[in-house]
Amino acid sequence: MKQPTMARRTGLHSLVLIVALVAIWQLLYGWVGDVALASPLATLRYTATLFASESFASHVLDTLRAFGIAYALSVVMGLLVGFWLGFDRLSGDTLEPMIVSLYAIPKLTLYPILLLAFGLGLSAKVAFGVLHGVIPIILFTLSAVHNTKPILMKTGRVLNLSRSQMVRWILFPAAVPEIFTGLRVGFALTLIGSLLAEMFASQRGLGYLLMNGIGLHNVELIMSVTLVIVVFAFAVSSLLLSIDRRLHRRV
Amino acid sequence: MSRLGWYRVLVVGGLVALLEVLCLTGAIDKITMQAPHLIVRDLSRMLVSGRMNGAIAKTLTNTVLALLLALGAGIVAGALLHRVRALRDTLDPLFATYYAVPVFAFYPFFIVIFGLGDMPQILIAFMLGVVAVIVNTLNGLDRVPPVLLKTARIMQLSPVDTALRMTLPSAGPHLLTGVKLAVAYAFIGVIGSEFIMSRGGIGYEISFAYANFDNATMYPLIVLILLASIAINGVLSRWERKLLLRRGMRSP
Repeated sequence: MKQPTMARRTGLHSLVLIVALVAIWQLLYGWVGDVALASPLATLRYTATLFASESFASHVLDTLRAFGIAYALSVVMGLLVGFWLGFDRLSGDTLEPMIVSLYAIPKLTLYPILLLAFGLGLSAKVAFGVLHGVIPIILFTLSAVHNTKPILMKTGRVLNLSRSQMVRWILFPAAVPEIFTGLRVGFALTLIGSLLAEMFASQRGLGYLLMNGIGLHNVELIMSVTLVIVVFAFAVSSLLLSIDRRLHRRV
Repeated sequence: MSRLGWYRVLVVGGLVALLEVLCLTGAIDKITMQAPHLIVRDLSRMLVSGRMNGAIAKTLTNTVLALLLALGAGIVAGALLHRVRALRDTLDPLFATYYAVPVFAFYPFFIVIFGLGDMPQILIAFMLGVVAVIVNTLNGLDRVPPVLLKTARIMQLSPVDTALRMTLPSAGPHLLTGVKLAVAYAFIGVIGSEFIMSRGGIGYEISFAYANFDNATMYPLIVLILLASIAINGVLSRWERKLLLRRGMRSP
């Protein structure tokens, strides 16, 4: 019998997982009933009607816009700060533990401050997304630079490369797998950050719809919005994860 | 204190001083933020008067309960998954994408099922924390050198002895990473649920103060949570580093 390929095996595992989750969902629905849950089928149907409505599309676009800006900012700032701290040993050693402890604080508690500072709307969402997403990118980039084999750096120095050439030709290729892991984690956290901001500090977007559903106790709305978010997060994260694994295997 | 320690104090002190100056000169207006020295004053007044003690105790109790649940269930589940490869491979995509999903969306279901008490908050905090514990337990178990387990078999250690003398010490630092994350997630879970819908607790008081423009209550409470989580994280990190050093591993 032929050995199934790695990719096909992962695909199979995901499929089993999805079937199992839907089965658990159906069982839970049978247990608690209509008050707390909508059945998978009803949720799908409601999601279809949501997608047909125009207002839903604008909420999705709003979320995507906030998330897109936040992620772009997180990546640019994260890479810049990460490389800086990786290069400059003194700043890196001084600031790294502080950034690590920032990573661990419950940033959700900061939302009233962000609201006061940025007001209700896009900028608060973006700020909250960046706040969540930029830290892992900084930390992974920093450690990627630190973990680059010294022999590569020495070669670069022997070849008299400038700092930017060093980044472009030596550090970046060597550090890409680990940096990519940072980008992947940063993706998930930026998404959760902007969604949380929408839940608590916005009048638009999927997070707002979710809060709206919670407030009105519209179970189908809550389930459908959650489903859309989960499917999106799951799909993109799986894609990023497979790229991540491929990059790591190459090294 | 080391030289780096002094630099850190300088950086933090500089940032606080900057905030102080910005607040005093009015670059940041009073409605947005109070000057740091006022926050410290309000915080000490609040703690001395004890008017928030009920809320603080409630939040802390729920956080600790959720944390204990997440640690217990997470470590057991991690140890089991480590043995059952097929199940682990199946759940792997779930773990990898889990933190991109807003767990708070499940809060209303829990309220419907369990009522608006402590239980839904504890469950949300548990759900947030448990996966971090599982993932780090698996990670720690993966890194136990096989030679140690072989030694244990040669010495005919019982499974309990093997776990206590071989597996735990060498997986320990990774377990601590899980504990650190679980602490943060337990806080986020409890306080976030209190923000959304609750009858008390620090999160509830913060959003109540926010809605009433009561910065003299809001900022001290936020600072209190931040200080508490940074302190706990600092203690755990120090312990983690000590364990790593003792094993001859460089701190990551």
